[in-house]
Amino acid sequence: MSAIALAGSTRVRRVTGRLGSANVAVAAAAVVAVLFILLAIFGPLVAPHDPTELDQLNIFASPSPAHLLGTDDTGRDLLSRLICGARPSLAAPAVVMVLAGAVGTVLAVSAAWFGGWWDASVARFLDLLFGFPGLILAIVAAAVFGSGLVAPVIALSIANVPYVARILRPAALRERNLPYIEALVVQGQSPWRICLRHVVPNLGPLIVTQIVVGFGYAMLDIAAVSFLGLGLQPPSPEWGLMVANGKPAIVDGNPAQSLYAALTIVLAVVAFNVIGERVSQQLLAKGAR
Amino acid sequence: MLTLVVASVVIYGLLFISPGDPATLLVGGGKPNPEVVARIHQEYHLDDPFFSQYGRWATGVLRGDLGRSMAYRDDVSHLLLGRIPNTLLLVLFAGVLIVIFGIGGGTLAGLRGGRVETAVTVGSSVAMAFPTFVVAVFLIAIFSTQLSWFPVFGAGQGLGDKLWHLTLPAISLALAYIAWVARVTQVSVRGELGSEHVDAARSRGLPNRWIVRRHVLRNASPPILAVSGLMIAGLFAGTAVAEEAFGIDGIGSLLVDSAAKQDLAVVQILSLMMVAAFVVVNTVVDVVNVALDPRQAVKGRDS
Repeated sequence: MSAIALAGSTRVRRVTGRLGSANVAVAAAAVVAVLFILLAIFGPLVAPHDPTELDQLNIFASPSPAHLLGTDDTGRDLLSRLICGARPSLAAPAVVMVLAGAVGTVLAVSAAWFGGWWDASVARFLDLLFGFPGLILAIVAAAVFGSGLVAPVIALSIANVPYVARILRPAALRERNLPYIEALVVQGQSPWRICLRHVVPNLGPLIVTQIVVGFGYAMLDIAAVSFLGLGLQPPSPEWGLMVANGKPAIVDGNPAQSLYAALTIVLAVVAFNVIGERVSQQLLAKGAR
Repeated sequence: MLTLVVASVVIYGLLFISPGDPATLLVGGGKPNPEVVARIHQEYHLDDPFFSQYGRWATGVLRGDLGRSMAYRDDVSHLLLGRIPNTLLLVLFAGVLIVIFGIGGGTLAGLRGGRVETAVTVGSSVAMAFPTFVVAVFLIAIFSTQLSWFPVFGAGQGLGDKLWHLTLPAISLALAYIAWVARVTQVSVRGELGSEHVDAARSRGLPNRWIVRRHVLRNASPPILAVSGLMIAGLFAGTAVAEEAFGIDGIGSLLVDSAAKQDLAVVQILSLMMVAAFVVVNTVVDVVNVALDPRQAVKGRDS
């Protein structure tokens, strides 16, 4: 009897254990993500030092109570720079994905609604763009319009449009063929109004999911652009830029700035990717029901 | 082909409308003399209408005249010549790493299961989160600085030296893709192993090696091929980061440097090359896909 009970209990534990570990990962990711978002909003208020304050007598300082992560090659407090870097590092990819979501929605819904040659040309355009590296687009944009975040952000949002639209178009088509849309058309409502008031809100969860799923990748691309020196310029504490700025010092045995910034990027990307994966899984499960 | 023409017009048009006068760049700092600027305008045909300029540029490119770089004061073709081998070698090196460790590891994990599978799954989820520039920084800190096993900078001379110089860049370029390919391969192989035709082959008593080669790997390859197109495009884009991080003179770092200097003649050619490579790779992937699975040709026509 005890053997059966034991077997039963281990099986139960194994099942809950697996569920538990998945949930723990998502919960941890959520905590990290919320922390980063809070830092992006309130960072400059909680940072112990001014992120651009120089202290030439105190360069490459080791961690100490005054500088918890030490200082960089010009004596700036690394912790404060990482904290204040959250805002540009997260806001730029957020804008990228919101723009991509908006344009992708318009393309997908209009393609599903009008069909015909418009649908075909949108599909062709998305096919062409699909898979073309956003980083290349961003570099070319920076070449044309000069460095700064505006051009790369727009380029990366264009590069992300196909990923959003590809998922949305079939869903929009399914929605468009539902009887209630037919009813609204018969009632004489304008297509514009039907799309805005009914189709797009019903696609809402899917749109948000696509934005969340793409966020981590957009973050990596923005960081890469900054790393290449084509995004924000020094002394901005943007994380990708910090990795690049700290690189010369690595050879001299002071890798702190680059490594901490790199780890921060990885941590943030992993957190947002775990959340994105979970959100899309949940949406899939809901769709299957 | 049409794609290429459209892309070339778009690329040229984008750079045409870009703010800033290339002549001022050529003159350098300070207040430019209007007469000199006017002469430069004439020399480079900067005041002609758009399609006349585009026509001159496009015919030049077709004839092999890729234009002149304003920042380097050198022919673009000359700039490319010395750099293309480095970039190709880097991409090839990364590609070999991806095939060996990505496909190899994924297949092994899919076939063996158990511990190997867990290890590959965990390893690949961690590795996938490491972008090229982060891996580069870690590799430099550990292998170049702490251990001094590999050089920090440059592309080296001669094949052996080049390979030695390109080892760390290739690893940093390949790591995330190795993880991605391993994951795709593993899922695909696993799916095929559990399929009915593999059971049937097994019940007929075919040798395991034969089953794996003919029935599992062949059927598992389409998803891997499907991502390989995306991957090759990503590798070429990634060379920009890897070469910049390791100070290698290649196409990627040339693109970044000329973008920073707004040297549009170079950017035009390089982006056109990237688009051309992208189109070619996608076509090749489509063709190979159809060769492996003729049903794809019919499916492709439907959609």
